[in-house]
Amino acid sequence: MALALQTFSTVKDANAALKSAGTRYLGGGTLVLRAANEGDVSVSSLIRATEPSLSAITVSGSDVRIGASVTMAAIARHPDLAPLAHAARAVGGPAIRNMATVGGNLFAPAPYGDFTVALLALDATVSIDGGEMPIETFLAERESNHAIVTAVGFTLQVDGGFRFLKVSRVKPKGVSVLSIAAMLEQAPDGTVSSARIGLGCMADRPMRAKAAEKALLGRKLTSSGIAPALAAAGDGSAPITDPIASAWYRNEVLPVHLGRLLLA
Amino acid sequence: MAKVPVQFTLNGAEKAEFIDSGTTLLHALRDKIGDTSPKGGCHQGTCGACSVIIDGELRLSCLTLAETCNGAAITTTSGLSKGGVLHPLQRAFLDAFATQCGFCTPGMIMAAKVLLDQTPNPSRDEVVEALSGNICRCTGYEPIIQAVLTAARSNSQNAA
Ligand SMILES: Cc1cc2nc3c(=O)[nH]c(=O)nc-3n(C[C@H](O)[C@H](O)[C@H](O)COP(=O)(O)OP(=O)(O)OC[C@H]3O[C@@H](n4cnc5c(N)ncnc54)[C@H](O)[C@@H]3O)c2cc1C
Ligand code: FES
Ligand code: FES
Repeated sequence: MALALQTFSTVKDANAALKSAGTRYLGGGTLVLRAANEGDVSVSSLIRATEPSLSAITVSGSDVRIGASVTMAAIARHPDLAPLAHAARAVGGPAIRNMATVGGNLFAPAPYGDFTVALLALDATVSIDGGEMPIETFLAERESNHAIVTAVGFTLQVDGGFRFLKVSRVKPKGVSVLSIAAMLEQAPDGTVSSARIGLGCMADRPMRAKAAEKALLGRKLTSSGIAPALAAAGDGSAPITDPIASAWYRNEVLPVHLGRLLLA
Repeated sequence: MAKVPVQFTLNGAEKAEFIDSGTTLLHALRDKIGDTSPKGGCHQGTCGACSVIIDGELRLSCLTLAETCNGAAITTTSGLSKGGVLHPLQRAFLDAFATQCGFCTPGMIMAAKVLLDQTPNPSRDEVVEALSGNICRCTGYEPIIQAVLTAARSNSQNAA
């Protein structure tokens, strides 16, 4: 069946059009057109919205809002988002980054979704249909979502605390074995006072490593300090098996890479 | 199905066509407009053979709908030579044996052109990064990397 594209200048009109059967939203198209080229006939109509706010990045103090149509390349080159440049550059090669949007990354199945792993560690909120929800809730329910994501929002401290690591076999561009993002705060004595860790490829979609986060609290970032967190790193995970790595392998190497990220 | 109009510039020349909605840019360029320099390798975003430059940015034409390019300026490898004289990148690819079967070459040249337009004197690592979305099954990549570095040097000599 042929595809048809409908373009709307407002999110409201596009949302109304998305209610029809067989429609899907078109972000950068790197997943949705790939599926169409491969013969996915479940979609007959693509909908897009060109409202300028969807492509805007606003930074006021430490508050950041990134429109859903913003590309990985735009994030990577934005001077106020330097701590996130590494995570944005982890997505695909140069052409993919010029196309891949933040909104689309939120829906990408494992092994994709590297930037969403970063957003999880940042405890971002996802804006949909005039409302906002925590990214964890959004991810848990994303299949049932039929409305356009308009933006993600989070706070980003300039003085650091955010770390990101993508493990891939092909350098510099390759699909994830796994990706890890951590947002850590430390007390003056060096002990961890708050920790959020996002994992990619350790389930069918990005997830939080809650047990490891808890085990880090009050500990110092030394090999012995992080040992309990590494032991708990894979708790609650159900890694994917794909041509890049088996679930077993991902489980085995997760503590190694989490350790490297925490000690870096 | 009703046709939709698309209009953009291709290598500086105005193009206007009626296409089926949902047509990829790759299909429109090759089969409607007749520019066969972008190649269809995988149609999955993985090989880079279909790379073109849209408004100064490298894009994959197999994953881009032609109708989203209305008003855009599109560059393909067929637009690089001027008056029968090859572009420095094309010259360097020939001289360095950076092209064998040639299927990846137009995509490689597009990726390299975007790099040199933005970073006239790239490091080797920057070249590798810029070409990282493009697959070559023949050359082993090294001659391609050398060709891009050579083209960068000849550009800066010409500019000096
Ligand atoms: C060669 C290749 C390499 C890749 N490498 C990586 C990688 O290394 N890391 C990685 O994370 N990903 C990778 N990807 C996957 C993909 O490019 C990214 O995940 C990208 O961010 C998806 O965004 P998009 O805008 O292209 O999504 P689209 O294809 O446009 O959309 C994907 C899905 O999300 C929905 N959607 C998109 N935007 C919205 C919105 N605003 N509101 C509601 N629904 C929406 C669409 O309806 C669709 O179902 C790769 C893809 C390819 C082809
Ligand atoms: S044909 Fe477009 S990336 Fe392979
Ligand atoms: S020259 Fe044959 S694929 Fe590169």
